[in-house]
Formats: sequence, structure tokens, C-alpha cells
Amino acid sequence: MKYMLLIYDDFAAYDKVTEQQQHELFGRYMHFTEELSKSGRMKAGDPLQPPFTSTTVRVVAGKKVATDGPYAETKEQLGGYYIVEAKDVDEATEIASEICKLHTWNSVAVEVRPIMVLPG
Amino acid sequence: MPSRVIEAVFLAERSRILASLIRLARSFDDAEDVLAEALLEAQVHWQTQLPTNPGAWLLTVAKRKLLDQRRGGQRRQQLLEQNRHLLLTDEIVGEDANEEAADDILRLLFTCCHPVLAPEAQIALTLRTLGGLSTTEVARAFLVEESTMAQRLVRAKRKIALAGIRYAIPAQEQLPERLASVLHVIYLIFNEGYAATEGEALERRDLCQEALRLSHLVNEWLPGEAEAEGLEALLRLIHARRDARVDAEGRLVTLDRQERSRWHDDEIAAGIALLEQALRRKQPGAYQVQAAIMAVHAEAATAAETDWRQIRELYRTLLRFERSEQVLLNYAVAVGQVEGWAAAEGILEELGELEGYYPYHAARAHCALALGKKVEARVAFQKALGLTRNRVEREYLSQKMADLVNDAGVE
Repeated sequence: MKYMLLIYDDFAAYDKVTEQQQHELFGRYMHFTEELSKSGRMKAGDPLQPPFTSTTVRVVAGKKVATDGPYAETKEQLGGYYIVEAKDVDEATEIASEICKLHTWNSVAVEVRPIMVLPG
Repeated sequence: MPSRVIEAVFLAERSRILASLIRLARSFDDAEDVLAEALLEAQVHWQTQLPTNPGAWLLTVAKRKLLDQRRGGQRRQQLLEQNRHLLLTDEIVGEDANEEAADDILRLLFTCCHPVLAPEAQIALTLRTLGGLSTTEVARAFLVEESTMAQRLVRAKRKIALAGIRYAIPAQEQLPERLASVLHVIYLIFNEGYAATEGEALERRDLCQEALRLSHLVNEWLPGEAEAEGLEALLRLIHARRDARVDAEGRLVTLDRQERSRWHDDEIAAGIALLEQALRRKQPGAYQVQAAIMAVHAEAATAAETDWRQIRELYRTLLRFERSEQVLLNYAVAVGQVEGWAAAEGILEELGELEGYYPYHAARAHCALALGKKVEARVAFQKALGLTRNRVEREYLSQKMADLVNDAGVE
């Protein structure tokens, strides 16, 4: 089964740590991604630019309305994602918990969502 | 054949049959559908003669229905290939069959209590598939509309199908965590039965019975787990006091005033024996400690003879496993019994944040009463009264307050 792992990250915490600490986090992600690829479970994955770069679009009365900012104003914001192949939800949540453990100085939540298989 | 015979057979065998069918069908809904159809057929066929093994009869008929349902399709072919040995035998007999049934029951139990399902969904699904409760009964037990409960069940079953929750017994390394989830669900079911949050009666014995049945089922099919035995022992020991807990008028009777001759001694003995068996495994845990506390209470011939020192030590041990406010509260009461109520009051004061919790105020009231602080006791009883909607508990608290007024002429 394929799962999308959505990483909700506390971005405010990044301002409170040194560049070195941020660099180390990045390094842990690199290593993790490499291992995930090697095990054959990695299908895709990318980090995202911070939430302030986001634009939310709706169509109101047939007219495109783009507003600055992410869809929801919450402490934790979507910061990256993986698409993984896992045999069941247990394996998928296990991978998600490994992602959480990469973060040593801020809290993250990882949403595990099965990807719909379209017929045909 | 009277329909109650069919009902009795059905209740006894339902979860085993359903568990096997879910594995074959790979779908809760399809399994339930074919089982319902098989039951209809039983009502016709069993009129003339009851089969020698009604459970096997139902399973066989339901399996045929499953094949019919999928006739011609690719799925039928798949189903046939995967389960050829099962589908083509009409009667399941012997050792293998028993082992297979055990595995099926465990698969169903672990799937229903999978931690990725919401706790209320775990409870509902467990009661519905492994317990003998209908959707209406489960809804009534948890005081929600039947449609709400039905929707909760539908959603849980859909999540199992779509989220990749495997219908399997967890691997050895996951077993402790997954078993803990199963035991917690059973504990919550019992709790809801033991201290009904709302309504007329203090207890909902049907839920207590279901929880007891389920905890027994775990030990029957997954023997050798100390905490599972601890939980069953705990539930048995609490349940053994049921007849003494409410008086003839339906009023709550606290432990210290219970008529101990109304406790079920045989059940207490069975609970203690089970606890001893668990303790010999040397894998201590919170349920075993709680069962031990109940056992100490049960062994006292009168309330005055209760070994509070031992109970205080056991609560101290329990705090190592579970540092919850509820446990601290009970610890405070045990400390009060051994070291005096001033010491207990100190612990209770540290728990200041338990404002919305009824037993906290009840404990404060008893503490204040023991220390002769009648005004404080009355205030605390009043607060407790404002926090419970259970009629029996309300009457008990009102009585306590009335006693206070009569005794001391507060006001």
C-alpha cells in the first residue's frame, strides 16, 4: 500500500535555534531519506518552503481569489511530505515515528494517510 | 426449532464464525451479510432437525453464501485458491480447527482494538463483533443516538478496509503494545458498566458482564500473559462485590459500609487464584497491582480489619506504573487511613487541579469530615454533587449533606 506522510512542523522553533542545529536536522533528514530509499519503501518526498511563502486559492462567484498564507493558521504547519510503500498501517506509522524522532528540538506531528488506488 | 435455541447457539458461536468469515471475505460487512443470510436459512432448516454441530453448519452455509455472492468474478477465483482447504470441507473438526478458531478470534480482537482507531470506535467495534451486543444496545450503553453509533461503526470498518489495518495477530515485537490496547478497551467497557456516567442505575451490569467475558476470552485464546490475567482478576474481584454496592432502595453503599456477606466468595476466590497465577509469571503491571489492592480489601472480614498499610504500599507501587491523578487520589485515601487525615489532606491539596473530578471532591469531603472541619466538608460535598449526573451517586451525596446538617447544625 502507498501512504502519504504529511509532516506538520513547528516553524516558530527554527528561530530559536542556531544555524548549526538546523543544519544537523537537515543532515538527519538526508540520512533518513537515503535509508528509506535503500529499503525500497521511498516513492517520493520533498521538504516545502516555509508557510509564509504559501498562497491559498479559492474561486468565489467564478472569480479566482488568492489569499496570502496557508490554509489553516495553526502552530504546526505542513512542512514536507513523503510517499512511502508499506505493507500495512503499522509499518507506515512506524516510518512516521522515525520522522518524528529526527526532530530533537521541536515538536512535529506526522499524519499518515493511505493513498487511494484508482481503478484501471 | 424454537428461535431461542438458534439465538443461544448463535450467541455462543457468533464471534468465532464471524472471525473466520472476516478472514475469508477480507471484509467486515460482507462477513456480517453472509452470516445474517445463513441465520435466516437456519431458522427454516433447523425447524425439522438441529444439526449435530450447529456452529459448523452456520459457518459452512455462510461460506457458500460468500462464494455465491462472488460467483463468476475474479474474487471468487481468488477466494477459492486462497482458502481451498477450508471451503471444500463441510465440517471443521479436530485440533487444527480449534487452533484456527483461536487465531481467528485473536485476529478479530487485535483488529477491533487497533490503536489507529479512535478509542470509542475500538470499544464499539469490539462490543459489536466479539460481544453479544447489537448496534442498538451499544448505542444505548454509550448514550448516543443509534444512527450516530451506526455511523461510528461504518466509519471504523471502512478505516480498517482502507487504511491498511491488517487482519492479523501482531508480530511478537508489537504484541505488548497491541495487547495493552486490547486490555485497555476491555477495562473501559467495564468502567462504563461499573460507574455509568449518567442515568438511573449506578451500574450497567450487561457491560460489566461483556468486559468479563472478553477478558476471559483473551486468557482463553492467548494464555500466559500476566497483565491479561491481572485484568481478568481485577474485574472479577470488583464484580464480586456488585450486590453489596447498592442497597435495596438502589442507594450507593461505599466499601466501608458494605455488607460483606453479600460479596460472592466463590468469585473472589477465583479472582485471587487468577491473580496469584499472574504474579508467579514475574511480569508485574498496573492491572496486577490493582487486582492485588482489591484482593486485600476482599480478604478483610470487616472494614475495620482492612490492611491499609499494605494498600498504601500497593498504591505506591501502582504510581510507578501509572502516575495519574486518580491513582494519587486513592493513594491519598490510603495514606489517610494509615498516617492520619492531615497527611492525606496534604496530598489532596497538591492535587488542586482536579476541580472537575467528582471523586476528588468526595475524598476532600471525607477528609475534612474526619478532621472535624464540617463547613469545608459540606462545601466539598456540594461541589461533588454538582459534578455527577448519576442518580444513585447524587442521592448518596445528598444524604451525606443532610447528615451533616442534622449532626452539627451547620446553618
